[in-house]
Amino acid sequence: MNLIVAASSSATFPVLPSLLIVPTAGALVVAFLPRARKDLTKLVALIFSTITCALSLWLLSDFEYENHSDMFQFVSRQSWISDFGISWSFGVDGISLFLIVLTGILFPIAFLAVDPEHNDRSYFAWMLLLEAGVMGVFCSLDLILFFLCFEVVLVPMYFLISRWGHGNRSYAATKFFLFTMAGSALMLVGIITVAFLHADNVGGSVTFDLVEIAESQSITQGAARWIFLTFALAFAVKIPIFPLHTWLPDAHTEAPTAGSVILAGVLLKLGTYGLIRFGLYLFPEASHFFAPVFLTLGVVGIIYGAVVAAMQKDLKRLVAYSSIAHLGFIVLGTFALNTEAIVGSVLQMVNHGISTGALFLLVGMIYERRHTRQIDELGGLQHSAPLMAGFFTVVMLSSIGLPGLNGFVGEFLILLGTFTAHRWWAVVATLGVVLAALYLLWAYQRVFHGPAEKENAEMTDLKTRETLVLLPLLALIVFLGVYPKPVINRMENSVKTLVVHIEKHVSGFEEPVNRHSLGEIKIDTQKSEEGH
Amino acid sequence: MFFASNSVPTPEIVWWALLPVIVLAVSGVLLLTISSLLKKEISWLAPGISLTAGIFVLLSSIPMWNRIQNDGPISFLNNSVGTDSSTIFLTSLIAIALISTSILARPYLSREGIPDLEFYVLLLLSAAGGVVMAGANDLIVLFLGIEILSIAVYVLVALHLRKIESQEASIKYFLLGAFSSAFLLYGIALVYGAVGTTNLVEIRNFLATSLLIEDGMLMIGFALMLVGLGFKVAVFPFHAWTPDAYQGAPTPVVIWMAAGVKVAGFAAILRVFPLTFASYVNDWQIPLAVLSGLSVVFGSVVAVVQTNVKRMLAYSSIAHAGFILIGVQSSNMDGTSAVLFYLGVYTFLASGSFAIATVVGGEGDSNHDLDAYKGLAKRKPALAALFTILLLGQAGIPFTGGFIAKLGVISSAVDTKYYFLAGVAMLSAAIAAYVYLRILMAMYSDNNEGKIEDIHVSKGVWVVTSLSSIVVIVTGFIPGPFVEITRDAVPILVGG
Repeated sequence: MNLIVAASSSATFPVLPSLLIVPTAGALVVAFLPRARKDLTKLVALIFSTITCALSLWLLSDFEYENHSDMFQFVSRQSWISDFGISWSFGVDGISLFLIVLTGILFPIAFLAVDPEHNDRSYFAWMLLLEAGVMGVFCSLDLILFFLCFEVVLVPMYFLISRWGHGNRSYAATKFFLFTMAGSALMLVGIITVAFLHADNVGGSVTFDLVEIAESQSITQGAARWIFLTFALAFAVKIPIFPLHTWLPDAHTEAPTAGSVILAGVLLKLGTYGLIRFGLYLFPEASHFFAPVFLTLGVVGIIYGAVVAAMQKDLKRLVAYSSIAHLGFIVLGTFALNTEAIVGSVLQMVNHGISTGALFLLVGMIYERRHTRQIDELGGLQHSAPLMAGFFTVVMLSSIGLPGLNGFVGEFLILLGTFTAHRWWAVVATLGVVLAALYLLWAYQRVFHGPAEKENAEMTDLKTRETLVLLPLLALIVFLGVYPKPVINRMENSVKTLVVHIEKHVSGFEEPVNRHSLGEIKIDTQKSEEGH
Repeated sequence: MFFASNSVPTPEIVWWALLPVIVLAVSGVLLLTISSLLKKEISWLAPGISLTAGIFVLLSSIPMWNRIQNDGPISFLNNSVGTDSSTIFLTSLIAIALISTSILARPYLSREGIPDLEFYVLLLLSAAGGVVMAGANDLIVLFLGIEILSIAVYVLVALHLRKIESQEASIKYFLLGAFSSAFLLYGIALVYGAVGTTNLVEIRNFLATSLLIEDGMLMIGFALMLVGLGFKVAVFPFHAWTPDAYQGAPTPVVIWMAAGVKVAGFAAILRVFPLTFASYVNDWQIPLAVLSGLSVVFGSVVAVVQTNVKRMLAYSSIAHAGFILIGVQSSNMDGTSAVLFYLGVYTFLASGSFAIATVVGGEGDSNHDLDAYKGLAKRKPALAALFTILLLGQAGIPFTGGFIAKLGVISSAVDTKYYFLAGVAMLSAAIAAYVYLRILMAMYSDNNEGKIEDIHVSKGVWVVTSLSSIVVIVTGFIPGPFVEITRDAVPILVGG
């Protein structure tokens, strides 16, 4: 009822704060459910995450991408700690919009797909808190608020890995926590410094408002470069960029299935999103200055992730390393600093969330049945589980970047944009696409093809619930691959604004464009789809 | 007034402003007198009086606060004692520490078979000393306060008579404490030699208006006073007594040492350095910044390798002292209010954390190994949840008061352009997070090796830990009003 009432007054209903409040409230409700009503836990958690999902979809439908002059929409501001100049300020643009929607969709799916083995109440409470934190990162327009949410997601994730994970979970959880916390430690100093320097240079009281600081660009070039590095370090650990990636394989492998889905699907995007919003937008000159470093690290990550993934014996670890390669593409596109590449990066964040999320779900389903993830011990699963093999094929091909599926669109835009800006980096990165086909197809072959041994032959196929969980992801994979236009349209304006902002504040920098405009690229995409 | 013309002139006394000291000291002395006259022991008498005195002081601070806010700070007793907003704020923190120590001590003392009368008498006297420090306007009064506070604590540490560690801790604490008092006194003497007065306001005015051609004596005075005061708040390198004293002392006494004594010590540091020696800020700022950075790094790094939870918390308290000192060195209003905020949050963090250590310590107060916490979450899920909140607060995780406290002091370091210090402190905080994670890991491990099946959680422990956790969460989510209070509570010296 409330929702209906609220929807009629959409201008005033604070939809972005609700994205944080609903999951938080859900976490509290779940945590204090009576112990006797264990059966209710999952249902309640699902209800709250579905409401959040509905809110995010509503955001999507109300988002205006044409004839909209403001950079951020649905802006809401509420003073919080006025003495420090910190406020609850939220806003969304084409860059954050789809990440919010992705978060909204992935959580209910993760809830539906996997049941925790014990302590249901705390499990779902932590998951909902995690969702609130992630939403906060994607919505916040205040530097301190962003940092708070960026940091606070560590706590639920730590507990999810250490209490519901596999094997060496407490090592993996601690490593994850300490790596990311140490990475972002300096960012807080950077945030405070940027706000104080801004206040010094502009006059007036200290503010942590992102738009105000970013638009005024009042900080000297030298200081901005140093501060950018403190931000970049935090994001580089979170993404993770080679060589700061060592926490990722452990955390992904030991996390429970739902934890891996969220970790890969959403949490890694906090870093890449941060690079765009708090790197490029806040420090355009420094981003431009350090771009070669990040382009190189991105390419190294692509090749390194692919090569190491090919060598893995553990299927989940293989998927984890493939994430490093995919995120290398996103970093590459971000620092190509032109519209195509950045749109590609944002799109690829969403794509990676969907495909890798689905891959982790499938690996989790295999593990649930066979209690092993060792590729050696699996084999011939397509005989016993043809449906699962089918799903796995599509998801895997999307991850490889097969035209017609979502992965292709993002990677293609990234490579095209990068090629325009920095030709040789793009050339090397393209090798990554080939390597992705190598390690994923090889893994698929070893797991699903061949004769089935005793236990593998008796494996059950997907249950109805599991099929239902995977279907929406599959639909998105195909939809985004065939018709990405509505998504790209919504991202494009925001990205263009960002690139113009960079052009304005970096002297002598012009957006590297080739003769195609973005519109023609989309035609290209479709042409090549037809070609295959 | 009536006698004024034909009697010895006595200094003016503002009785209401002295009320907290009087209440605490008198209830201590009265308690001692009454119990020695009683034929039969009344078990609730000592804790009751101590608790009542603490609550009275806490409540009386509200009207006093309003009065000071309206009429401005005052000074009296020949300007040797002052009452400003900071005095009242810190007094109420001391009262909170006193209350939680009193609540937690009762079950502890009866469990360990320690006579409780002495404990509460000494605790009340120690608190009185702390309040004196918070209102000192004269170096001699400051020194008196420190001695009243410390001597009582030396005895408190030794109070577990059948435990050799307790005696050892007391001897160490006493010897080093006596030396540090000597340093402080010598420093006071040198400052007096340089400026010719011990009154803080007069010193400040003298230093602000006169230029010393030879300021060597003053500088040595600063240094020696820093040593003496640094010892009380346990900053590196004057921290050596802390781990042993914390480990050996009866755990409720540790609450008092970590919360009450630290608050009083920083009250003294705030009055002396940023206020009195304000015009020489360039001379003491760098040493203070160096000490604060070293404390944070040392406390965090060494805490990681400990296996005893009390020692971990002891080293982490050194790191916290370093963080607070970062706010002091900035020597401006924002930094000072950040110090007060940090002290406020830390009082609750320390009370709650050590309250749980008291419980898990078990009979004999010796079960403080990390292994003792294994499986705590299974046996006492609510207690483990509260401890989780407190540990996350200590680690400075967002949406806890600990984060806002750190934000404040780090901002003050950035404000004074000590970027390196801010960076080092934040990195150390990340290292220190591992300490708290280790305790969390132990609590939530499936392993049930911990000998906690027979732990008894008294009502008092529930009250203290849940109140502390609530405060930690509330100050994390709605810090605004609390920040306002600490801004209003920034100390001001008047008189002279």
